[in-house]
Amino acid sequence: MESYLFPFDSLICMLLGISFTVWFTLLLHLYKPYRIIAKEPVSLEQEIQDMRRGGAEPEFDMSDIFYFCRRGVESIVDDEVTKRFTAEELESWNLLTRSNYNFHHISTRLTALWGVGVLIRYGFLLPLRVTLAFTGVGLLVVLTSIVGLFPNGRMKNYLSDKVHLMCYRICVRALTAIITYHDSENKPKNGGICVANHTSPIDVIILASDGCYAMVGQVHGGLMGVIQRAMVKACPHIWFERSEVKDRHLVAKRLSDHVADKSKLPILIFPEGTCINNTSVMMFKKGSFEIGCTVYPVAIKYDPRFGDAFWNSSKFGMVNYLLHMMSSWAIVCSVWYLPPMSRMEGEDAVQFANRVKAAIARKGGLADLLWDGGLKRGKVKEVFKEEQQKLYSKVLVGSTSFQSTNQD
Amino acid sequence: MGSRASSLLREEDIEEIKKETGFSHSQITRLYSRFHSLDKGENGALSREDFQRIPELAINPLGDRIINAFFPEGEDQANFRGFMRTLAHFRPVEDNEKNKDLTSGEPLNSRTNKLLFAFRLYDLDRDDKISRDELLQVLRMMVGVNISDEQLGSIADRTIQEADTNGDMCISFSEFIKVLEKVDVEQKMSIRFLH
Repeated sequence: MESYLFPFDSLICMLLGISFTVWFTLLLHLYKPYRIIAKEPVSLEQEIQDMRRGGAEPEFDMSDIFYFCRRGVESIVDDEVTKRFTAEELESWNLLTRSNYNFHHISTRLTALWGVGVLIRYGFLLPLRVTLAFTGVGLLVVLTSIVGLFPNGRMKNYLSDKVHLMCYRICVRALTAIITYHDSENKPKNGGICVANHTSPIDVIILASDGCYAMVGQVHGGLMGVIQRAMVKACPHIWFERSEVKDRHLVAKRLSDHVADKSKLPILIFPEGTCINNTSVMMFKKGSFEIGCTVYPVAIKYDPRFGDAFWNSSKFGMVNYLLHMMSSWAIVCSVWYLPPMSRMEGEDAVQFANRVKAAIARKGGLADLLWDGGLKRGKVKEVFKEEQQKLYSKVLVGSTSFQSTNQD
Repeated sequence: MGSRASSLLREEDIEEIKKETGFSHSQITRLYSRFHSLDKGENGALSREDFQRIPELAINPLGDRIINAFFPEGEDQANFRGFMRTLAHFRPVEDNEKNKDLTSGEPLNSRTNKLLFAFRLYDLDRDDKISRDELLQVLRMMVGVNISDEQLGSIADRTIQEADTNGDMCISFSEFIKVLEKVDVEQKMSIRFLH
């Protein structure tokens, strides 16, 4: 049944791709710039020195407050962090209501186009894709359980790889994901860890349909749990109980045991720890970088014109999200396999993590941020405010009393 | 099928805000979008928590004072009008201000009003003068634990000495203006809003 659907589905992908690229260029009058303010990246020290009225360095000036005041209000109008946790604002509309933030009613022609779009997407594409999705998942569970019955050995590994790849490829079709893989010579090898930026659970399907990985994650109940238990019969994945997740040493040990065994597949990890909206890469948690094996970075970039892949977990549940995905035009994305990296002499885990992050951000054309993705749900640490205070104190008394400590 | 955010903002409101603050139509709708995205409770007004959720503001040493400026005396909710009125202080001063003939006096982004905004950041109890105590408290917010009480005290004393002309050991608004007369307030207290 799948072979009958495959060529049909690829044809749809191509038609969609071509026609909508043409349409979007025609609809360019929808272009709307979305930056609200222009910020100048000046440092605290520079700004305050500029403001000093010259003369015999007064230690404190009442105008010093202007710097903090302006930066504060600028961040109220437009900040770098909160906008990463909601879907990217588009410059031109892609005919999906859910991406329609700032566009006023333009014309009836556009409304008609949108209406036709809805019919096609929900009446035609969605049922097709849902069928494929069920097929893919069903086959995954059944076939991995069958492979699990084989004795451990080369045959089992071979079958397991084939089964996983086939089922993931069916799932890719179910999402009509048009993926371009670059630099496949750098694909992750056994005994290493693959790290990638995280935008949605679909990232897993995209990467796993081109290569075999060992997954890492928490044990779930329900359907996810069934899938997890079936997968682990065919080849070793790393599933943690909820309680084990807190124990960092246990986690590190299990990961290093896995990579030490060269017959096991490379581990797939998303070090951001949470879904970000694919405009930036946020802080990488250092855990996976402490293990001391080769790291294979991968950059994933989705094209927002065809569908928004970001999963805003505070707004939509998983089912809702999947429905959105399957009723978009297509998921178009690019995957870049970067050359492997290892920790260098004298580099600690955090520096290594930042180096990898910078490489991924550069390749994918994403902003490289130091902010923690955990800020989606939690508060920022006090220590950052203390850093700002320290900086200002240095400016205040730097030239007189801080001489000995102030050399940077 | 208009945009969801701006459909809650009526044209008459936009016109009034335009007159009062000098922002353009598109700036107002964009800022309304921002207001809406900060308003997690979706009740048409921002609370202090909504502001504190912005990490860059939370790490600003004067973050709390700035947040306070958005809330009128004694209130806990900032509506969009108030939000825009406060932001209007940071509009750049243009040479040919169209609303120079505002009947309500000076435009919100005049030099005097920008200075008044900064003055109010220091004046914690809103009694129109900055006492030594208030100055010390604000200084303490800006430097954290990195400077001793004595040093901070002497900085405060020196500042008041330089500014105070009428000998009441406090800085009034006119003394504040005098002290900062050579500073380019218009540039330092302006944000480049794009059209």
